Amino acid sequence: MSQVALKNLTKSYDGKNNVLSGINLDIQDGEFVVLVGPSGCGKSTLLRMLSGLESISGGDLEIDHARVNELPPAERGIAMVFQSYALYPHMNVYKNMAFGLKIAGAKKDEIDRRIRHAAGILKIDHLLERLPRELSGGQRQRVAIGRAIVREPKLFLFDEPLSNLDAALRVQTRLEIAKLHKDLAATIVYVTHDQVEAMTLGDKIVVMHDGHIQQAGSPLELYQQPANLFVATFIGSPKMNLIDGIVTEASATGVAVKVAGDQIVRTEVDGSGIAVGDKVSVGIRSEHLWEGDAGSERFHGKVNLVEHLGEANYLYLTLENGQDVVVRGDGERAVHIGDTIALSAPAAAFHVFNRDGLALRRLKPGNMVAARHRVTA
Amino acid sequence: MKHKVTRAAGTGFTHLVLGGYTLLALFPILLVIINSVKSKDGIFDSPLSLPTAETWSLVGFEKVLAKSPFIHFFGNSLTVTLVSLVLILVLGAMAAWALSEYRFRGSKLLAIYMAFGIMVPIRLGTVSILELVVKLELTNTLTALILVYVAQGLPLAIMILGEFIQQVPKELKEAARCDGVGEFKIFFQIILPLIRPAVATVAVFTMVPIWNDLWFPLILAPGEETQTVTLGVQQFIGQYVTDWNAVLASLSLAVLPVLVMYVFASRQLIRGITAGAVK
Ligand SMILES: Nc1ncnc2c1ncn2[C@@H]1O[C@H](COP(=O)(O)OP(=O)(O)O)[C@@H](O)[C@H]1O
Ligand SMILES: [Mg+2]
Repeated sequence: MSQVALKNLTKSYDGKNNVLSGINLDIQDGEFVVLVGPSGCGKSTLLRMLSGLESISGGDLEIDHARVNELPPAERGIAMVFQSYALYPHMNVYKNMAFGLKIAGAKKDEIDRRIRHAAGILKIDHLLERLPRELSGGQRQRVAIGRAIVREPKLFLFDEPLSNLDAALRVQTRLEIAKLHKDLAATIVYVTHDQVEAMTLGDKIVVMHDGHIQQAGSPLELYQQPANLFVATFIGSPKMNLIDGIVTEASATGVAVKVAGDQIVRTEVDGSGIAVGDKVSVGIRSEHLWEGDAGSERFHGKVNLVEHLGEANYLYLTLENGQDVVVRGDGERAVHIGDTIALSAPAAAFHVFNRDGLALRRLKPGNMVAARHRVTA
Repeated sequence: MKHKVTRAAGTGFTHLVLGGYTLLALFPILLVIINSVKSKDGIFDSPLSLPTAETWSLVGFEKVLAKSPFIHFFGNSLTVTLVSLVLILVLGAMAAWALSEYRFRGSKLLAIYMAFGIMVPIRLGTVSILELVVKLELTNTLTALILVYVAQGLPLAIMILGEFIQQVPKELKEAARCDGVGEFKIFFQIILPLIRPAVATVAVFTMVPIWNDLWFPLILAPGEETQTVTLGVQQFIGQYVTDWNAVLASLSLAVLPVLVMYVFASRQLIRGITAGAVK
């Protein structure tokens, strides 16, 4: 049973500039928390502060309600899986897994039992006698995870464990890590820069940028109610389309925005915080811009580029008003470069961000596909 | 086609140069060994020919092994060299680890101080060393030699080993720290096994000058009891007569330990020397 609380953590390497600041986060027992953000935003640093490998410059870190700021890694009950696997090159797989336990003074048969158990879970029974250099990348990854499992830690820490694997193996290992999380009922903090990995694995996703937490929440919350422009464009692929405009009507039940070409876009967001005349950005995800006129807000665009994915096409269009957008279209419909097509979106699908980039609350998030069927039916 | 020919010519030339150099380097050693098993007349009549049935003689070895304290000198040399070697390697590796792994007050200064030891030959300090040894009443002891050699060998050992230790991935040490491994255990069970090639390289490079040294034994420990091989050989070289049989025999014997060392360390040695080159 383990609960982790990060209270106003800060980190500075040189004593002057903060690499991380104001980090507040609660991690529940058994929760899978993913730290995600662009490279250099401080994810690894935060993870290493949790592990005890990096000192904490300010704030409190509590594991099971006890402050552990000064505890060395071994006494925090954590196990870490590194991106480079960090297997001891001169020890075979068995010894790699046994080393930590032996140091901790575990009995020989207990060590053996745990290793056999972990090896069984990870299907590496047949590799126990091999040296790390005799293993493939995926196998090394499993051994690294196995070495963490045998220690039966309160908290698993993963730092970009999949980024050294090829694409197919990455998807497979991702599934296995998800399964492992369920089977072990383990508490996991997982670092990645890949938003797909984050969305698929996390119970709670923590989006970081420039040493700050931008938003923490479930995958769906981040997708439906991104708190600001950064999260809105970071989560989701292709990126959310953004259109600049000026507010012409604002109320608690909706906001109307005048965008380029004097077109008025009606959105269903809570506009109580803004006033007519404010500059805003209107956001619409590519999958919510539909081909045809099923939605209430309508556009026309000329196709510049088509990416065929099979189940979908990504259409890169320029709207009549000069705005560039990406649309996720029906993959089996023939679209040609130079075609002009009609687009539409329901008012409920739009996001609106104020001048500071903060999102206004959407009134009816979710169920866009159902909405489309309702309209077309 | 032409490419192949020039390439073959290129490797041929490389081998020629290397082979030539090997011959050049081995020639004196070979000469010593060949002549050590010849009679005195054989040595002087035709020093370059192999021993024949007529000139074959082990008189030099008999003299050296049976009628002089050579074995004792040999033991002295071995003691001094091995003890110095072990101290240099253990202390050097630990110092290298500390200097490259931990940031502490004065760590930079200490590193520079050690680098100084590489640049300034220790023999420049012979007079003060002698004074020091006299004051410590260590003249004519092997301890004096060992202390001097350790001081002589440490700087280079620290630098080379430090270079290698820095190449050990940071994550390995961190994984070990997460595993609850103490710093000493990390050093002895993880770092040291990984830098074995470097240790072998340093071992050979520090052993040879110590084994061959004549200077400090002559100055600090010239007494009968504490003479080393290099010094002991001198007794066969007289002002008027030199017992060449004995000199050559003892020199041949003196080559042995270094040879053994090379044979054992050569694989690691090559890996150590080429470590940076082949990545
Ligand atoms: N040991 C260090 N010393 C100084 N600065 C560091 C150190 N490690 C990381 N940083 C800096 O901290 C910031 C965050 O790094 P990191 O946590 O590794 O980012 P991420 O894992 O999100 O890519 C970066 O700007 C990086 O340059
Ligand atoms: Mg990182």
